[in-house]
Amino acid sequence: MNRVLGDPRAILILLGPALLVYTLVMLVPIFWSLGYTVFEGNPITGFEFVGIDNFVELFNDPKIADALVFTLKYAVVLTVAQVGFGYLLALIYVFWLRKASSLIRTLAFFPVVLPTVAVALLFQELFKIAPVNGLVNDLLNLVGIPSVDWFASPDTAFLVLILMDLWRSMGFYAVLLYAGLVDIPDDLFESARLDGASGWRLVRHIVIPLSLPVLLSSIIFSVNGTLKVFDSVLALTGGGPGNTTTPLTLYMYQTSFTYGEYGYGSSIALLLTIICLLVTIFIFRSSRRDLTKG
Amino acid sequence: MTTARIRARRLAPLIAGVGATALLLTACSGDSGGETAAPTDFTYLSFAENTSIQDTLTSLSTGSCSAENEALPLDITTQPQASYDQQLQLLAGQNALPVLFASGNSPQVAKDLNDGGKLVDVDAALEELDQSNAIIPAARSTIEALYGGDVYVLPTEFNVEGIWYNKQLFAENGIEEPTTWDELTDAAAKLSAAGVTAFSADGQDGWPLTRLVGNYLFRTIGPDALQKVIDGEASLTDPEYVEAAAAVADLGKEGYFGPSVGSIDYMTAVNQFLTGEAGMFYMGSWILANFNDPEQNKIGAENIGFMPFPHVEGGEGSRDQLAANVGVPLALSEASYGGDVSAWLGCFAENFGSTSLGEQGVITGFAVNEPVEDLPPLTQAVQEKIDATTQSVLWFEALFNAKAATTSQTNASQLVTGAISPEEFMEMVQADLE
Repeated sequence: MNRVLGDPRAILILLGPALLVYTLVMLVPIFWSLGYTVFEGNPITGFEFVGIDNFVELFNDPKIADALVFTLKYAVVLTVAQVGFGYLLALIYVFWLRKASSLIRTLAFFPVVLPTVAVALLFQELFKIAPVNGLVNDLLNLVGIPSVDWFASPDTAFLVLILMDLWRSMGFYAVLLYAGLVDIPDDLFESARLDGASGWRLVRHIVIPLSLPVLLSSIIFSVNGTLKVFDSVLALTGGGPGNTTTPLTLYMYQTSFTYGEYGYGSSIALLLTIICLLVTIFIFRSSRRDLTKG
Repeated sequence: MTTARIRARRLAPLIAGVGATALLLTACSGDSGGETAAPTDFTYLSFAENTSIQDTLTSLSTGSCSAENEALPLDITTQPQASYDQQLQLLAGQNALPVLFASGNSPQVAKDLNDGGKLVDVDAALEELDQSNAIIPAARSTIEALYGGDVYVLPTEFNVEGIWYNKQLFAENGIEEPTTWDELTDAAAKLSAAGVTAFSADGQDGWPLTRLVGNYLFRTIGPDALQKVIDGEASLTDPEYVEAAAAVADLGKEGYFGPSVGSIDYMTAVNQFLTGEAGMFYMGSWILANFNDPEQNKIGAENIGFMPFPHVEGGEGSRDQLAANVGVPLALSEASYGGDVSAWLGCFAENFGSTSLGEQGVITGFAVNEPVEDLPPLTQAVQEKIDATTQSVLWFEALFNAKAATTSQTNASQLVTGAISPEEFMEMVQADLE
């Protein structure tokens, strides 16, 4: 067996087909898109070589700055919220509900399986003001607060967006982190308790350090997922009002397919790729030191 | 050396090769040519949302154009409007455009296609078929204004735009049909004071609001107001242009669009007007289909009046210059144009107008070859207005590129809610025009 696997030809035969498919569906489009960054045009008008013009525009386009700020703001706020609440839920599952947690776990996970567009429609209905009030405005009126036009101002639209995505993804992170928490051996808790640790100190010195690897994975997952947010924004606010809730992905899509500027759209895609790469490297780097010795 | 590194070293040239090939392909894909064989079907690609053209074509294929249909059977496919332009880009890139197709979401798409030599010169084709008079003058002038003087699309709709008003609400509040901008704002103030929303408007889509800005510009600066901007002779940030945005923003400031205009969608706006909640409604004549439907129209068709956008004191434009558009015009692919297709075009040009008006109630840009009877009175009135119109104007975004049009429409509701100033609005749109 070893001799077979040591043979380069065998490796090629075994890996070849998978590699070919991967190359065709992943690498070719990536490099194709990379190629587009030095061209401008679309299939109707044809393509024209423009050199670094797209990159120059990238730095001078105020909408890029707006979209970048929004993307980062969304990624940070939602990551903190969804990993935070997910962790809290996981702690509740493990330490409070214990064996009885399966029902709550299922319920909290349920929104994850719903299609994003359906959830967005649901939230649009909940927060709508015209032609009739949605549930949220009705509740506000009930306690004497006038109706709010949630999607008319950038701040309230952002708030609804965060609420929706939090509701949608919290259960997923809870399950992910729960898996990390149940892996902590019981005898560690026991000995910690014998040493007099309880409550916050137990969490601070035993739970957090031992679940750190899975917590870190969650954060990487979350940051990369939220930097690439597209469907929930498109379905809920469409990037509005104006372009105040337009992330880079949506701007990239509009640029390529609505404005017919494939080259500039690809340049935005490249920018997004680099940002995701940098963030991931940064998080990996910072996690390399051994925190249990900290 | 580990196997992983050996593999990586072997892969490096492969990846580089793929990259280089991709670049080459990218460079070549723009001008991939090739001749298309004569079509076997009269293929038509339509907006999925628009059924009236499909129905009219189907009716022609079994009626007046059955002989042409025998030779080249009609074959309809549809594509949702939201992804239509992408589909057209793909087909054009593969040189696989259908024989007849809706020309896209903005006039720019057809312009690009025509620049690439992919469209039939409809004017020349109709002349060859002895059908030069098939397109009515008003529609022809609108097409020429839209497409830089050439006619390479078929006007399957012809709409005029203006302000529809509720006659009963006007009478109750002692309002005469306004002919000037000041009279219009006075009327709005009276309606507002009576607790009625003055203007019903779809702020979610934005275009019904920017239409007002465009009309105001045509009245103050004249019919060539926006052509000047495109030609670089004027800028939207010039004071006389900002004035138009400010005038519309003022309507919003006074609350004439009602609360939360940005959250009102198209059908809600229509319903507000047709249930008597709003006194005025800026819209194109395609809305007649809704007005003539008693299910939707609670105020009665006889209670609806139509007025052109009012005159602005001291302006160059006039109230006679109705805003007009040709809906979503159709274009023909040059690659598949030939004998059988041209026979179809001839029959289409001759019969489309009356079939569409008679069966769908849709006014087209084609001459009506057989008089249609029993038209609803409101449709009749609009048809007369169209016949009397000699000069038409376009709409705010008509000559803009897709980027500026999107910016204009997505920011319109912010303009009337005061979230952005008229100067900022015009600056944003102008920036995307350059």
